[in-house]
Amino acid sequence: MGKTLFEKIWDAHVIAEDEGAPAVLYIDAHLVHEVTSPQAFATLRERGLPVRRPDKTFATMDHAIPTRIGAVEIDWPDDAATQVRTLRQNCADFDVPLFDIEGDVQGIVHVIGPELGVTQPGMTIVCGDSHTSTHGAFGALAFGIGTSEVGHVLATQCLMQKQAKTFAINVEGALGHGVTAKDIILAIIAKNGAGGGVGYVFEYRGEAIRALDMASRMTICNMSIEGGARAGLIAPDETTFEYIKGRTYAPKGDAWDRAVAHWRTLKTDEDAVFDRALTLDASALEPMVTYGTNPGQGVPVTKHVPRVNDLEDPAERRSLQNALDYMGLAEGQPIEGQHVDIVFIGSCTNSRIEDLRAAAAIAKGRRVPNHVEALVVPGSKAVKAQAEAEGLDRIFSEAGFEWRGAGCSMCLAMNDDKAGEGKYVASTSNRNFMGRQGPGSRSLLMSPIMAAAAAVNGRVTDVREIL
Amino acid sequence: MQPFTTLTSTALPLRTENVDTDQIIPARYLTAVTQEGMGDGLFSWWRYARDGSPNPDFVLNQPQYQGSEILVAGRNFGIGSSREHAVWALTQYGFRAVISPAFADIFYNNSLKNGLLPIRLPEETVGRLLDLVEEVPHTRIAIDLPSQTVTLPDFDSGTAGDSEGSWSFDIDPFRKQCLLRGLDDLGYLLDKEEQISAFEAAASH
Repeated sequence: MGKTLFEKIWDAHVIAEDEGAPAVLYIDAHLVHEVTSPQAFATLRERGLPVRRPDKTFATMDHAIPTRIGAVEIDWPDDAATQVRTLRQNCADFDVPLFDIEGDVQGIVHVIGPELGVTQPGMTIVCGDSHTSTHGAFGALAFGIGTSEVGHVLATQCLMQKQAKTFAINVEGALGHGVTAKDIILAIIAKNGAGGGVGYVFEYRGEAIRALDMASRMTICNMSIEGGARAGLIAPDETTFEYIKGRTYAPKGDAWDRAVAHWRTLKTDEDAVFDRALTLDASALEPMVTYGTNPGQGVPVTKHVPRVNDLEDPAERRSLQNALDYMGLAEGQPIEGQHVDIVFIGSCTNSRIEDLRAAAAIAKGRRVPNHVEALVVPGSKAVKAQAEAEGLDRIFSEAGFEWRGAGCSMCLAMNDDKAGEGKYVASTSNRNFMGRQGPGSRSLLMSPIMAAAAAVNGRVTDVREIL
Repeated sequence: MQPFTTLTSTALPLRTENVDTDQIIPARYLTAVTQEGMGDGLFSWWRYARDGSPNPDFVLNQPQYQGSEILVAGRNFGIGSSREHAVWALTQYGFRAVISPAFADIFYNNSLKNGLLPIRLPEETVGRLLDLVEEVPHTRIAIDLPSQTVTLPDFDSGTAGDSEGSWSFDIDPFRKQCLLRGLDDLGYLLDKEEQISAFEAAASH
């Protein structure tokens, strides 16, 4: 029997598997940020251990930092400044390369990894951040870990892991106009549930996936964790190789040819068997919007918020009722037309140049109403520079969006961007949990073009009507 | 890591599904550079009113559940962010075990690395435990890791509505040993130095 892509990568990285113990898995690249690393570096200090492979470790700052243009470090909140200073000190003491906010490479860890060419097919990649699944878009086995495990990888470049099961997600057919990668992943999670992938690694397959560019593939893999999966994978192909070629850490010359020859073998064998499978018809998908407080609570924009009594499972009913109470939405109401107070375009899910171009195309020549606050936060300094070179910042500014520096911003309410109590946020980020974007905030997750449409209309809009 | 062998305690019922780690500990508590101080942030959106005063409606603030070391929660506990701070918040507050029909992967792994025992029991059983603990808050639950069982010591077998009044749970044998002995993975991994170096040497060719 053949192997799945996941099994191929897994098998190539298991360095020991003692009787009765989890496998010891070798890690090829470790991404580090300011929030989940300080306690791990502290463990190394306590035990007198060095970072084993600083050359396979890459650090940046993204979560806690302010993104307001002109925000100077001296004025930052004390805790953010302390985290950033701590990361600098740790990187200096342990010889870890740091892409500092002072430099021109800094950005969201899952945006800069691929941008630098650190992320490559067949690798194992970890980070103390659940959205590490993003890097699976390149056919790398990439997943989030806790801070204890950050310490293990810093010290040994290895992790103890139990092998996950495999789950094929086939997306057949072609997407309709105005329907994007974000809608694919929100539809998958709506169908399979926020906990439906627990214990599995997803492999996204099929015609609709193959047709996507790398930014879109990253959007899909990014939210694998929102479906409960350990990781998400897409087999590498010409689109992948084209993206990687020439990037800073990409192999060069003969090494490039050898790498590509190897990468071409990284696909699921014809006779491999998945533990589970799910198939979606891309042509039947519509733009998606979440109405609830977990990412599985989403509907097509043309549909209505579900009714509690339409659900059979008491736990699901309770979950929906809690969500509606929190969100201030009525069961059975159309999601289209719901007013929004804030629009956030950014996050490791949707802050790449392709996302910003698509959103700018909607914003161009239109105007955000005065009562709506709209933010565009590029994922990295490179994305910001590219967008400015293309004039996207001007398009957004003229339309009434605020243009920002690179970082996580309003995705998670741990920097100075927080949505207010009761505010509806049309957001391109990945989580609509209670209070995720600020105390009492109400998130409506959607694609960048849907968010841009919501911004200019001040309400949830079917973007296909204005494309 | 604090070892875990057996525990008998009252339990806190949290009849909510899909409790995400943002609910367990909001991001604003993550700006610390140490592990300390997380217990105060545990379930902070639910536990405190916006003015910072305790919310009397939230179960954690109810007097009958004070001192409970076991949390019983709805399915998919710990979804979302990988923040180990969620586990630190639970342990610092005083919890030593969480019982739920299902846990998110990262949360489950993080718990095992901090001596917090995550116990998966069938949905029906968890439902029964929730009913019981809500109706009779002083009900004690006994957890025995060596025999991998959960029992109700205050009840004769059968009175809890279960034919046995005792439920067994699964745990990876390696993780069980680590918990019983209070060992973390780091020592084990450091002992693999030879294999790690051999793997790296082979990979560089």
